[in-house]
Amino acid sequence: MYNLLVGGAAGQGVETTVAILERFLKQAGCGIFTMRDLMSRIRGGHNFARIRFGENAPKSHSLLLDGIIALNAETIGIHQDDLKPEGFILCDSSVQTDDPRAIMMDMANIAKTLGNVRAAGSVAAGAALKYFGIPVDAEHAAAVFEASLKAELVDVNVRAALAGHQAMAQKVDPAVGTFSDHMIVSGNEALTLGAMAAGIQFYSAYPMSPSTSILEFLSGKAVELGIVAEQAEDEIAAINMAIGASFAGARAMTGTSGGGFSLMVEALGLSGIAEIPLVVVDVQRPGPATGLPTRTEQADLKFVISAAQGEFPRMVIALRHHEDAYLQTIRAFDIAEKYQTPVILLSDQYLADATTTIPLQDPGLAKSSEKDDILTKGGYARYRYADTGISPRIIPGDNRGFAAADSDEHDEHGRIIEDATTRMRMMDKRMNKLEMLKSEIIEPDLLGEQNPEVLLIGWGSMYGPLDEAVRLMNLKGDKKYAALVFGDIWPLPHRLLEEMALGAEAVINVEQNYTGQLGSLVREVTGIKTSASVLKYDGRQLSGEEIAERVAKEGF
Amino acid sequence: MDNRTYETLETAWCPGCGNFGILSALKGALGSLDLDPHNVLLVGGIGQAAKTPQYFHANSFCGLHGRAVSPAVAAKIVNPKLTVIINSGDGDTYGEGGNHFIHNIRRNVNIAHFVHNNQLYALTKGQASPTTMQGMKTDVQVDGSSSIPFNPLSVALAAGAGFVARGFSGRPDHLAELMKSAIRYNGYALVDILQNCVTFNKLNTLTWYNSRVYELDQSHDTGDLNKAMALAMELDDRIPLGVLYEKQLPTYHENNKSLQDGQVLAGRRNDPALIAKFMREKV
Ligand SMILES: Cc1ncc(C[n+]2csc(CCOP(=O)(O)OP(=O)(O)O)c2C)c(N)n1
Ligand SMILES: [Mg+2]
Repeated sequence: MYNLLVGGAAGQGVETTVAILERFLKQAGCGIFTMRDLMSRIRGGHNFARIRFGENAPKSHSLLLDGIIALNAETIGIHQDDLKPEGFILCDSSVQTDDPRAIMMDMANIAKTLGNVRAAGSVAAGAALKYFGIPVDAEHAAAVFEASLKAELVDVNVRAALAGHQAMAQKVDPAVGTFSDHMIVSGNEALTLGAMAAGIQFYSAYPMSPSTSILEFLSGKAVELGIVAEQAEDEIAAINMAIGASFAGARAMTGTSGGGFSLMVEALGLSGIAEIPLVVVDVQRPGPATGLPTRTEQADLKFVISAAQGEFPRMVIALRHHEDAYLQTIRAFDIAEKYQTPVILLSDQYLADATTTIPLQDPGLAKSSEKDDILTKGGYARYRYADTGISPRIIPGDNRGFAAADSDEHDEHGRIIEDATTRMRMMDKRMNKLEMLKSEIIEPDLLGEQNPEVLLIGWGSMYGPLDEAVRLMNLKGDKKYAALVFGDIWPLPHRLLEEMALGAEAVINVEQNYTGQLGSLVREVTGIKTSASVLKYDGRQLSGEEIAERVAKEGF
Repeated sequence: MDNRTYETLETAWCPGCGNFGILSALKGALGSLDLDPHNVLLVGGIGQAAKTPQYFHANSFCGLHGRAVSPAVAAKIVNPKLTVIINSGDGDTYGEGGNHFIHNIRRNVNIAHFVHNNQLYALTKGQASPTTMQGMKTDVQVDGSSSIPFNPLSVALAAGAGFVARGFSGRPDHLAELMKSAIRYNGYALVDILQNCVTFNKLNTLTWYNSRVYELDQSHDTGDLNKAMALAMELDDRIPLGVLYEKQLPTYHENNKSLQDGQVLAGRRNDPALIAKFMREKV
């Protein structure tokens, strides 16, 4: 496994260079995990990505670097301390550095001679690939560049990559696996593909990092799919539009980050009381308010499980990794429709922007909506009392009855009421769906030892780092470590946690927030108090090494 | 179409409320158009006006205060076979929902929007709304409302609306004709309906309106934007009723390549082969 960092100013082509490297690496068979650290600006500043690749599929990033591609001098200064002693820094000859590990290359001049100075990144990519023993030939290179560049730029970049490859010497043994037939997708792309497979017909959103790429991906494919992806005038409109589309019978979703979710809160309750299926995506970023727009955090958990006035059933699913994002998004649509209630998908910038190799997925997993017998003796009633809490849903245009939705408390026909008895019966009916949801939830994934002495708990995108942390800690051999990583998080599944906690000497919550929100939720639901917390809230995801180090520092 | 299917249920309005005139106009309009109520969707936000959908035997959606337009247009987008009609208040539409009002004019989805404009917030007991006249005293605007009144029709015209009309609850027959034209119009159609509030609006009373309103006749050229703008600004001694402006514009459905040929998205699923293709593009 190797770890390569590509860094430069915004606008210098970090993203393009990374995309090209990923394609070449995967073509050679490498498994890949790339995490992105971007600034909220269009030019200047410092952007970088860490590409981890090798014979296995990495599930998270790592801090220790084998190489750096520095598109500017600043990149060297910021990252040289993370570079292994035997590592390399590839930079243009014009860059000033006294780091002995630097390999200077006339990248800009080579690119200029070939006809386009902006192809310098491709020279660097070709050179770095050679270092790691990854082949670059004209035919494959053309395919790689065609996938990410305009036609007229392909030729010069192919030649640039070949020139870079030629100018470098291979230094290490290639680490390749069998991933060439995998997809490379970001977390947001995996989620979006899941939404497509689930049958999404309507998506409405207002641009907000790090959720925007969902809207972009859907917009790009909307006509081919024959669906609508609508940029709303604000997030309040976005969610109310999704609710209207769903009411009218289309599978609908809205997506945003915490700031936009805050604006959606009232309508979340509308979906709850009017019993309209809805999928809402919150791709978290550090708050409060505007916070750190392009960075990562897991601080919206307690907010989304309780957002909106009043009480209504909802489900919250935290996405753990890319394949999970695909599968859980499909499941979210199915559950929202079955229970006629909102389902919230919690992702975060780390997962949303990270790209990785995953196998092609089954596009036919969505459940077909159950058509139950909607008519009863007294005729159709939209909110008919039912033991399950699930009333017969009709959509406008069905001549068997009228669809009705009301944000006021209402009777079985959806008409406004204010009497106590109807209110109680309607609340009981709706809240029973929360009880039903408890039979639907999936226990957290167990990583590491089956009978751990130290049990780490985490949720969502902490999956990859925890997987690595547990592996590293178990290598030491002094204690047995495991991690439980929650995907379904509301209602909170707690059977497995309670079982494992009984046998463990310590339970430690590992989270990307300040207050330890999962830790306190677990305490609220189960009474289990964690012995220590590993928390981070600087906007940068914990890595496996960091978690292992911090757990050791806590004395476990 | 059978009038009975739009039969009125018991309402929550005060005796003498302008909403009754609007209700009877809507009943008349829907009754005379050849529509199956199963394909009619009545939408409201929250307020006294917004309760209108509750009083019909048709599909109904009473959502959140200020948010009637968003679900209404989305329902129409995914099912163009529905006739979608919004009935909501001036506070709901121009105050809490002002942003949606402006941007849905621009979106131009084929719906009819009937705003019951009683120039105040009735359900919350009489505070100033965006259309309250300057100087009107309420329990909140104790020295009289000082803000410049919002002019919905000139704003709609400026935002590019293709159908802009004004009606009056005191002239239900005239209003019913406006409603029919708005429902038939292919695009977003706004009818701002002046409405007396017997309980809270002691300024803009039935008499006040009756002494000012007049009906536009055949001589008015509804294709003349400048004239329409001038009429929209006429709100003092004389207030014109009728269609101020009408022009056919490309609708949302016509502009959206996914929605050609009356494509209904409701109940539809995506082709797994296409999704498999999108996945292969990522290989
Ligand atoms: C978010 C929110 N804010 C405030 C209210 C309280 N509220 C209900 S109706 C209304 C104003 C109604 O005025 P208008 O839309 O003009 O309708 P009218 O009652 O005059 O017909 C207000 C402020 C609410 N229901 N929801
Ligand atoms: Mg009003």
